[in-house]
Amino acid sequence: MCLAVPARVIEMRDDLLGLVELGGVVREVSFMLLPDARVGDYVLLHAGYALQKMDTAEAEETLRLLVEMVEAAGTEG
Amino acid sequence: MAKTTKILLAHGSGGRLSHELVAKEFLPPWANPILKQLDDSAVFSLSRDGSGPRLAFTTDSYVVKPLFFKGGDIGRLAVCGTVNDLAMVGAEPLYLSASFVIEEGLPLSTIRAVVRSMREAAAEAGVRIVTGDTKVVEGGAADGLFVNTAGVGIVPPGVEIGGGRAQVGDAVILSGSIGDHGIAVLSQREGLEFESPVVSDVAPLNRLVAAMLAASPQIHVLRDPTRGGLATSLNEIAAQSGVAVHVEEGQIPLKEGVWAACEMLGFDPLCVANEGKLVAMVAPQDAQAVLAAMRATRYGEEAAIIGEVMAEPAGKVLMKTNIGGTRIVHMLVGEMLPRIC
Amino acid sequence: MRYVQEFRDRAAAQGLALAIGRIASRPVNLMEVCGTHTVSIFRHGIRGLLPPPVAMLSGPGCPVCVTTNADIDKAIALAQQPGVILATFGDMMKVPGSYQSLQQAKADRCDVRVVYSPRDAVRLAAANGQRPLIFFAVGFETTAPTIAASVLEAERLGLANFYVFSVHKLVPPAMRALLDSGEVRIDGFICPGHVSVVIGSQPYEFIAREYGVPCVISGFEPVDILQGVEMLLRQIAVGRAEVEIQYSRGVRPEGNPLARKAMYRVFQEADAGWRGLGVIPGSGLKLRPEYARFDAEAAFAVRPPPTKEHKGCICGEILRGVKTPPECPIFGSGCTPESPVGPCMVSSEGTCAGWYQYGSR
Repeated sequence: MCLAVPARVIEMRDDLLGLVELGGVVREVSFMLLPDARVGDYVLLHAGYALQKMDTAEAEETLRLLVEMVEAAGTEG
Repeated sequence: MAKTTKILLAHGSGGRLSHELVAKEFLPPWANPILKQLDDSAVFSLSRDGSGPRLAFTTDSYVVKPLFFKGGDIGRLAVCGTVNDLAMVGAEPLYLSASFVIEEGLPLSTIRAVVRSMREAAAEAGVRIVTGDTKVVEGGAADGLFVNTAGVGIVPPGVEIGGGRAQVGDAVILSGSIGDHGIAVLSQREGLEFESPVVSDVAPLNRLVAAMLAASPQIHVLRDPTRGGLATSLNEIAAQSGVAVHVEEGQIPLKEGVWAACEMLGFDPLCVANEGKLVAMVAPQDAQAVLAAMRATRYGEEAAIIGEVMAEPAGKVLMKTNIGGTRIVHMLVGEMLPRIC
Repeated sequence: MRYVQEFRDRAAAQGLALAIGRIASRPVNLMEVCGTHTVSIFRHGIRGLLPPPVAMLSGPGCPVCVTTNADIDKAIALAQQPGVILATFGDMMKVPGSYQSLQQAKADRCDVRVVYSPRDAVRLAAANGQRPLIFFAVGFETTAPTIAASVLEAERLGLANFYVFSVHKLVPPAMRALLDSGEVRIDGFICPGHVSVVIGSQPYEFIAREYGVPCVISGFEPVDILQGVEMLLRQIAVGRAEVEIQYSRGVRPEGNPLARKAMYRVFQEADAGWRGLGVIPGSGLKLRPEYARFDAEAAFAVRPPPTKEHKGCICGEILRGVKTPPECPIFGSGCTPESPVGPCMVSSEGTCAGWYQYGSR
């Protein structure tokens, strides 16, 4: 538990509702639990609510470390 | 646990429960060799001594909700579904019947739209609707409209295609992306509304099949993965033929919108319904020729070889995942329900 | 960058598998306590990429599986009240209670509706003002805040017919109960990524501090899980026991305080019964007295029939990681996805369903 997907915020309305997009699929979500989300943010969507903003910097850092590790693993043979 | 004494919605979802219902409740009382084949259509000769032309005969009921969805409607679905069932045994579809069970209060304009759509689909497939029936039931009893179609076609001499004919070494060819129809319909279901670029793939495949048959006499199996999705069809074939089907996740065409909707709702695209796709098992030496013929034909443009028929493990479907792991692909069991876990 | 496909990269997964192969020397038991992890491991064939010394155990992380027969029976009894609409997540529909599942109750003319979001339940209540709408609230700390938000929404709308039957559960107390039972040696925990999005990393500190067991909070893509395993093995190799965050793109050490605030405004901690673990103090959530008017258990005095457990079913031991599905006497024979006896076979995240559907490696 639990199924949550990262989706991009494309619209924020008053009353803490808005729209997110993933792969061309658009859904209305509630931002009651993440009121400081902004258009363009990627948020974790669970059961119709945005739960957290995805941290771009951390994601890139994780991937960078992975690439390093893959290269190191390759050279160590 | 309480044994099943009532019919559940899940019995209609095309997965294992549906198969069990047929095997336990329908087959035994009606047993005969033609029925037992359980292919998409029944195939038999008109003459009692078995000589002469063979007829293919099939029937299907359509209960889709909503009646009109992106890319099609219940009428197009009904015509294409029956045309495809005939095509899957290699038959040239000829004539259809159409029965309507209409809920009292349905607007006449709805009937007109469905009828018009059926005319267009029939014209595209080159079939004619030659007989039918209409019943009206009280409000609440039919979700608006139920349509049943039955169809007949002729199987050319020498064409032997069936779920039990897959051979070790056959190439597994899929005609295009999976999950389009199921997601298109779901996106308009109440409570799951989402805007989506996904459009139903509902289409008549008889001309595609004809092109494939022209390219090779060694097409062993054809199946259109409707309810229960590709996973269910591959499992049916593996069981009927006593072989193993090995596929590669990375080779299976999947549109981004379908992928995204499945991610959001917790569905496995392998179990989502298709209405304009087929999977074929073809002798390996003819695979490229068949693939080329498909890609040059409407509805086959995105065809891909997705795997191979092997001997072991017999009756099972295995998939090599995108990260290089292996998983067993199982038939859909009951209804596909959205998950949060 | 879309945060999904990049973490399903084959080269990264294979590279991590290699790295894991190098660090793993002695046998280790790593336990995940999240059904979504169980599913992902099966779906991507991750077990097959791990070297033999690394054993992945599945703990009581499927909120569907740990819901007791008594609670399912109660939900069905509520659905049977005149006029009631019972709304539930799809996950719960096929789980058998003592006598039947919600799906079977629906076939028996109970008005049971599947919703994707608790917001849909509020909408149903608003659209059916004359009928009670009861939401069967299952889930851990990822989901509880969303139900809390929906209760606040119902309050704002002045709905008089919206009720919640909460069987919400909390993960850290279950982890403590597992460790205290001492039944299975656990060398490291893969902690649930999305629960941690809400609760942060602090609630797991006691596991490292008091029990000396390392914890890594992992995401759900195959690369996340493999990296989580790699990080655990590195701690184990040098005898370290800390709580680390692998899923840093989603989990902050402080979690989402606003989500927790909403959760604890509406709910309070209570003792809860877990399948396989018995009653764990303070491990569940029930509605606070201030929100009693939304409490289905207070509003409807139902008397479900006596609770029965199913003979032969060892879901409890499966959930504690003590046994694996093939060791269950009825796995695949009396208990299959088509006719499941216990929730471990029903839930798409259940360990037994995973073994059955996806194979053991």
